[in-house]
Amino acid sequence: MSESISITTTQPAQTAASPSFWQDARHRLWKNKLAVFGLVVVCVLGALSLASYLWPNLTGYTYARQDLTLGPAPPSHAHWLGTDALGRDLLARLLYGGGISLTVGLYATGVSLIIGVIYGAISGFAGGKVDSVMMRIVDILYALPFVIFVILIMVFFGQSLVLMFIAIGAVEWLTMARIVRGQVMAVKRQEFVEAAHALGLSEARIIFQHIVPNLLGPIIVYATLTMPEVILLESFLSFLGLGVQPPQSSWGVLIKEGADVMQEYPWLLIYPAAAMALTLFSLNFLGDGLRDALDVRGSKD
Amino acid sequence: MNPGEAFLEVRDLKTHFPVNKGLLFSRRVGAVKAVDGVSLSLRQGEILGLVGESGCGKSTLGRTILQLIHPTAGTVRLEGRELTDLRGATLRRARAAFQMVFQDPFASLNPRMTVFDALAEAMQTHRRIPREELPGRIGALLEKVGLPPQALRRYPHEFSGGQRQRIAIARALAVEPKLLVADEPVSALDVSIQAQIINLLARLSREMGLTLLFISHDLSVVKHIADRIAVMYLGRIVELGSATSVIEKPLHPYTKALISAVPIPDPRREAQRARILLPGDPPSPLNPPPGCPFHPRCLYAEPRCSEIVPKLEPFGAGGAEVSCIRAKDVNPP
Amino acid sequence: MSLLNVEKLSTSFHTRNGVVRAVRDVSFQLERGETLGIVGESGSGKSVTCYSIMGLIPQPPGRIEGGRAMFDGVDLLACSHGKLNSIRGRRISMIFQDAMTSLNPFLRIGEQLIEPLLIHEKINRNDAIARALHMLNAAGIPEAETRMNMYPHEFSGGMRQRVMIAMALITKPDLLIADEPTTALDVTVQAQILELIQKMQRELGMAVILVSHDLGVVSGFCDRVMVMYAGQVMESARTDDLFYDTKHPYTRALRQSIPALQMKGQELHTIPGQPPDMLCPPPGCPFAPRCERAVDYCAREEIRLLEVAPNHATACLRVQKEKLAV
Repeated sequence: MSESISITTTQPAQTAASPSFWQDARHRLWKNKLAVFGLVVVCVLGALSLASYLWPNLTGYTYARQDLTLGPAPPSHAHWLGTDALGRDLLARLLYGGGISLTVGLYATGVSLIIGVIYGAISGFAGGKVDSVMMRIVDILYALPFVIFVILIMVFFGQSLVLMFIAIGAVEWLTMARIVRGQVMAVKRQEFVEAAHALGLSEARIIFQHIVPNLLGPIIVYATLTMPEVILLESFLSFLGLGVQPPQSSWGVLIKEGADVMQEYPWLLIYPAAAMALTLFSLNFLGDGLRDALDVRGSKD
Repeated sequence: MNPGEAFLEVRDLKTHFPVNKGLLFSRRVGAVKAVDGVSLSLRQGEILGLVGESGCGKSTLGRTILQLIHPTAGTVRLEGRELTDLRGATLRRARAAFQMVFQDPFASLNPRMTVFDALAEAMQTHRRIPREELPGRIGALLEKVGLPPQALRRYPHEFSGGQRQRIAIARALAVEPKLLVADEPVSALDVSIQAQIINLLARLSREMGLTLLFISHDLSVVKHIADRIAVMYLGRIVELGSATSVIEKPLHPYTKALISAVPIPDPRREAQRARILLPGDPPSPLNPPPGCPFHPRCLYAEPRCSEIVPKLEPFGAGGAEVSCIRAKDVNPP
Repeated sequence: MSLLNVEKLSTSFHTRNGVVRAVRDVSFQLERGETLGIVGESGSGKSVTCYSIMGLIPQPPGRIEGGRAMFDGVDLLACSHGKLNSIRGRRISMIFQDAMTSLNPFLRIGEQLIEPLLIHEKINRNDAIARALHMLNAAGIPEAETRMNMYPHEFSGGMRQRVMIAMALITKPDLLIADEPTTALDVTVQAQILELIQKMQRELGMAVILVSHDLGVVSGFCDRVMVMYAGQVMESARTDDLFYDTKHPYTRALRQSIPALQMKGQELHTIPGQPPDMLCPPPGCPFAPRCERAVDYCAREEIRLLEVAPNHATACLRVQKEKLAV
């Protein structure tokens, strides 16, 4: 009796080459409406912020231009979101601030990503005592109070945006390291890695061909989820007066300024707070969507 | 290889995993004796079935022979070449001669690689193949394991368990090994698919002159494919003989119980069978009993059995070996 | 009147990719004290059938599309939640494949054992504990007093399964549903567990539904066997009749592909192809694409289970047409 083998796919109509993992992930992400919403919002905000950076007069006002005769004014035709105590256009400040917050988010996440991935990967691959020691260091660092640490840096080295990236990144890498290390250990234990050993592949090949591609998923997801944390941290610093200094505005600064005069001029708080909340939600939706989309669909058929 | 020497020669192989206690300065408090003194020889082209229940060490034995786990003691010689002291690049190169097929077809293939990539990688591990030749050779390999050419550009998750196992077999064969260890290759598959894969392995082994070590907990499967059967219990081989004699005339009390416990899909025979029910559970290799590892559950045990560790010794004329000091009493002529 | 009468049970799962019709028009009866084996490969719907009867299918994404499950006059699929709860655990009990995930890891065995008693019977704690001890002994667990205070993870696989059996049988149910209870166990332990279930069944006179993929297991244990494929019943008969007078090509092919009955050296009989995609099952008989005896109408006509000999029903269209001149 001849054996006729047919391949059943869950999309019976497909006869072309099957989607790669990334194409498949993109498809699944697209189907997730919430994640798409998040992506769109983030892109729009990013674009607007970039635009306001390139063309400071976008709204007709720069973020620093004061109009003392106007003073704090509620939203009007001239100033869509109103003005603050110094007559500065809130919309312009909001967009500019968005740019700063997103930039800080990106760079600080980048810093934490680089440090965290390298540290976590070394720890995960080395295993044994090395791994124990490295993880205990992480545990100890976790216990340090972040705020005090950043204040110390700011006090000693002066306040600058770059320093803030580094300070935040230097704290956020801890979680990334743990995640990467956990993922490395999980992937290392998979049977296909053992199979690669059994074939006689070199260590380098196993690491780069077999282990690393299976790490990217969680790394991307957690990087996306780190950004809102970083933005929040930055706003916290700015709220305390440690971060971005006026006349530059980040959302943290705007929220602080708005909170101070919350009772009299509520719009100064509402709009920045709403913008920040929207961005954080969007990044979280995007992160969750990415997590679902990148989930290796490899279990039982 | 010396004349008269077996194709695969395993002598007194032991794999002990240390158990350590203490945080910073850990001391060794014991060992899990997964493999505790196993000796085997295989002829070229032979199929040996290795059976046993969970915890008996059969998977560990398979991995130790393939040097995926380093043995604590003992030797493994393949065609006269000692494998246990190979390291690094030498060991990697030597792996072309011995390969493994794993149990879980869902986990043993890299989900990010297409079938083509996985097979091409395997094929080129130990030799250089010109790019133009690759598709042809890989196509031939796929045909050998019964997969259609469309499979090449697909990813593992698009295949069923049986098909993935075929891919895994193709990958193992891509390096042209002489020894293949199959660790429970059909246990995760449906019954009707198991038969396909078993047939495939048997046919490939014959056609390619492969020596096959077939590890399984399923006696019926092993009986069908194997020339000889080795029964393992708690890290040791308790019986070794031809497939028919081990199944039809088991010598060791454990083998007898094992065979009587296997359900037969034949209601009348099932009703008539005499069941030997073993008391208790399979023991843990962390705390093996003194003397014969099986004696606490053995129906024929005597006080001597807890003192003497039996050795695998020939019994009768048919080449069978058994590890029991009471073998003669347990098997009256 | 039968103890359990399932009529045209249909269960589907509404997933992101479509509707999976896991169980289609399944009907069977079970008498008091009878043992029924439900055999099938993965995806055949055997487990989903039992879960549906017990009301354990999460709805959504699952949905009971139709049918009745009459247990002693009560339709389990349509009765109130309260009524279902009073039957489950007391008159119908279920044991599962993996005892480790079925037992609560945070509670001691003793607590879990007496729970069904305290809920379903008006009994005080001390009496419940006494019965639990008795049950553990009956289930072959040594040193029952000490074991009562231990946690599930301190038991071996076989022991945990015994504990689960003790828990299931402590209320002396009329029906025990065992879903692959021995699949995850070693073969020697499997023999012990099956022996135990058989002993308890005789003592309590209860009916048992044993779900398995292993024809060997059901052949030694069950009075009647039902073979399922792709969510439908293919054949249902007394055990001897199913094995010695098979009336469905799938059952025959299944038997022939098991190594146990083959002579060594012969190629094992295989069933070519794969089980159908349950998202869109093919029309007509689901086994037709793989059946060596299929003819043209097999892929066209919808199948149903018909009795073609005393107490022996099959869904094979060809056999039906031969035997019944239908």
